Amino acid sequence: MAANQIMFVIFSAMIVVFSILTVTSRRILRAAVYLLFVLVSTSGLYFMLNFQFLAAVQLSLYAGGIVVLIIFSILLTSHISQKFESSGWKKNIFSALAALTGAILSIITILDYKFSATTEAAKEVNMRLIGKSLLSVDYDGYVLPFEVISVLLLAAMVAAIVVAKKGAPKITGLPKINQ
Amino acid sequence: MNTGIPIQYFLILATIMFFTGVYGFLTRRNLITILMSVELILNSVNINFLAFNRFLYPHKLEGMFFSLFIIAVAASEAAVAIAIIINIYRRFTTINVEDVNEMKF
Repeated sequence: MAANQIMFVIFSAMIVVFSILTVTSRRILRAAVYLLFVLVSTSGLYFMLNFQFLAAVQLSLYAGGIVVLIIFSILLTSHISQKFESSGWKKNIFSALAALTGAILSIITILDYKFSATTEAAKEVNMRLIGKSLLSVDYDGYVLPFEVISVLLLAAMVAAIVVAKKGAPKITGLPKINQ
Repeated sequence: MNTGIPIQYFLILATIMFFTGVYGFLTRRNLITILMSVELILNSVNINFLAFNRFLYPHKLEGMFFSLFIIAVAASEAAVAIAIIINIYRRFTTINVEDVNEMKF
């Protein structure tokens, strides 16, 4: 086995094991840490696919940002030592059945389909190319989604501040309903 | 570079991760764990996009930019969701989805 195959096996085993542990763990803080492991091994896969920029984004944004945010909110809302009670065997079995059916159908379809790659030469993904594509208006440019995503991020920031602000704002001008 | 790893392996891995997320989404009752399942699902989709980009269309960058935008959307979604969860906790002192069942304020 070549080195990259061994790396792929290690990363995929980590992803599968830790994602199953993420959704089955009884302790919520442990589930968050397992999610962190899944995200880090996913960024390893991105490195294997030669998308270094995206792997760095994944590490800094997911592993550094979102997981910290999730752990923060866990510490704010629940006891560390609290364990979930199991959610009824019926629900578990039917959910597992639905997930397994979907997974088996998808895997059969994937194995059946003949993927045909183009013969064009691969493009070297460097920072200069990424920056130019993000801000160009040509056929290969992505300036419109870039602007849309910046508006979305601004809206999300304002919304997060407004929603999490202490004390609900008084709504005036609306009729009072059974109060 | 990727010699010896067919694209199907990446796709099967992403499928397993996706449906693990779906299972967690269906069985969990805590709002934060549901959010974590959604993150799993979004990540598996990212793997799919990058594998398609690298194996089938290596002369383009569409998959990479799509994943970049998905990561941005996931970040803003997590921020807003956690703000809502904290607000719910403040009003109901629980974030169990079965106990939070009234929308009037």
